[in-house]
Amino acid sequence: MTARPQTLYEKIWNAHVVERRDDGTYLIYIDRHLVHEVTSPQAFEGLRAAGRAVRRPDLTLAVPDHNLPTTPRVDAAGHAIPIADPESANQLETLRHNVAEFGVPYIDALAAAQGIVHVVGPEQGFTLPGTTLVCGDSHTSAHGALGALAFGIGTSEVEHVLATQTLLLQQSKTMEVRVDGNLGFGVSAKDVVLAIIGRIGAAGGTGYVIEYTGDTIRNLSVEGRLTVANMSIEGGARAGLIAPDDTTFAYLKGRPMAPAGEEWEKAVAWWRTLPSDAQAVYDATVRLSASDIAPSLTWGTSPEDVVPITGRVPDPDSFADPSKRVAAQKSLDYMGLTPGTAMQDVGVDQVFIGSCTNSRIEDLRAAASVANGRHVADGVRALVVPGSGLVKRQAEAEGLDSIFISAGFEWREPGCSMCLAMNPDKVPAGQRCASTSNRNFVGRQGPGARTHLLSPAMAAAAAVTGRLTDVRELMGDRQ
Amino acid sequence: MTPVRKVEGRAYPWGAKNIDTDVIIPAHWLKTISRAGLGKGAFETVRANPDNIFDDPRYAGAPILIAGDNFGCGSSREHAAWALMDMGIQAIIAPSYSDIFSGNAVKNGIVPVVLPQDAIDRLVEVAKTDEVTVDLETMTVTTPFQDRFEFSIDPFRRQCLMEGLDEVGLTLARDTAISKYESAVSSERPWLSRERDYAGLAVESAGRT
Repeated sequence: MTARPQTLYEKIWNAHVVERRDDGTYLIYIDRHLVHEVTSPQAFEGLRAAGRAVRRPDLTLAVPDHNLPTTPRVDAAGHAIPIADPESANQLETLRHNVAEFGVPYIDALAAAQGIVHVVGPEQGFTLPGTTLVCGDSHTSAHGALGALAFGIGTSEVEHVLATQTLLLQQSKTMEVRVDGNLGFGVSAKDVVLAIIGRIGAAGGTGYVIEYTGDTIRNLSVEGRLTVANMSIEGGARAGLIAPDDTTFAYLKGRPMAPAGEEWEKAVAWWRTLPSDAQAVYDATVRLSASDIAPSLTWGTSPEDVVPITGRVPDPDSFADPSKRVAAQKSLDYMGLTPGTAMQDVGVDQVFIGSCTNSRIEDLRAAASVANGRHVADGVRALVVPGSGLVKRQAEAEGLDSIFISAGFEWREPGCSMCLAMNPDKVPAGQRCASTSNRNFVGRQGPGARTHLLSPAMAAAAAVTGRLTDVRELMGDRQ
Repeated sequence: MTPVRKVEGRAYPWGAKNIDTDVIIPAHWLKTISRAGLGKGAFETVRANPDNIFDDPRYAGAPILIAGDNFGCGSSREHAAWALMDMGIQAIIAPSYSDIFSGNAVKNGIVPVVLPQDAIDRLVEVAKTDEVTVDLETMTVTTPFQDRFEFSIDPFRRQCLMEGLDEVGLTLARDTAISKYESAVSSERPWLSRERDYAGLAVESAGRT
């Protein structure tokens, strides 16, 4: 008997079915659960109130990131510097208290391994191919880069996973997003994912799990794949997968929490069976050609508002759909932009290089190569926030910190920072920020903040020129 | 969770599309360690405008919100559902929702009704002057003008809402099945368990980038 061809998603799903209910809901086992300070307090409180324990603390890992300030954490004498905001301090203390009470492994704010939860998971080898991985954060989709079925959950689901190590789920539809061809000069993984979201729209992936395929995706490093999968949720898809391959295995081998020895061999053998079968059928397919993708950025207040850097601010009247016309006008009013303006004529006040989308070592290298020997433009504030303590340490070993510092960038401690303006790193009202993060929503980076999403190299280019800039013009002799 | 069978009353006739969870509840409200009291932060940036729908006395305390496509997109924060609940919302009517948000809504007893855009347009008109009724039993939305829109909802979600089920309790009752799955996996994919490495709380392992 020949088995029906299956997609990567179906294979992972089928390997995690505990049972199927009569109403079509599945009880799905969760292999890995990442926890942070913001979406977990009410879940632990729920367990406490019901007298319930954490079923598998060994499959759980907690790390603070969202609310942590990115200013220095220890003083000259090596003592921890207290957090000024009492609510933030209390939330971080609550996480410490909860992990101790429930026996959950925990990376402390002062540990070298601390960082953004979606940077830490892959880095520690906690994220593995073929696993189900959840976290109370929508950018959990990032871990799909390693071939994990990874998605964000709400706090009630965090509590459900803590107590039962399972979730009650309905099966998703599958969408193949295929990108083929070589990326042009100055075009990065961020430009690829912006192009994809520009194509499918902010709700295009709702109800789907995306699988990214094609040689463009295959040729990306794990860091680049993480950037792509990370923004699946901005296209509406709760999860985005990339089939594990030799690039994935080389990345994972020897990481502290990855399997070793005989188990590593066994694991790789199973992981090699996971890629979608040749005849597997997806519910939808979207194709892009890498040669059509330019360095890109957003102009509006939805991640689908994507334009090449060589483009212009669109005219709301150019949209056929009347509701889109209204939305575009509102976006432009909020963004303080006039239709027809060349994107490169738009000045910036702030630059943010960081977030779970773009704060890994390759991102910092790309930004530093543009910043090297140049200086942040007058009146611009530019922040570099490494994704983890390990990224920071590696960047410092390579001298990237001194490149940034001498170019006038601020070199900060790891965390989510200005991506969501929960800690003190905010964009002031009315100011414009070139940001490597993932959301340009109204008020996302602070009340009244205006966000343009772009790649790390493009962000560095904006910092040194003081306006949105085609990074290719600054890269002439540097690649 | 309180069971919900029917929600009737005034409805905010909003209809706006792509309302993200940063709009429903901005991040600075997320420093709380409690579920309570988030209504005062709900739609903060919308309410900064003096003519906003949420401070219009005609709709004060309305239990229903009518919105556009892709409601609740963005962040997974359940604080969005808690904030809506705290401001008295018990049902939302929209053409589509983000997957994470609709799940969070159900888990807090908020009914996420899906209706096509033309029904939304009609309900927005009606809601400016009259009440709207969402009935989970008959799976209909009705108005005093004989409008009757049928909607479908996942049967398990409907049951959870109507019976106010404790999902964690429900799943804990399946403990035997979960344990059976775990023991099968421990031989098929032994590398998944981290019990052996689980040496306590503080994770000191560092490694490479």
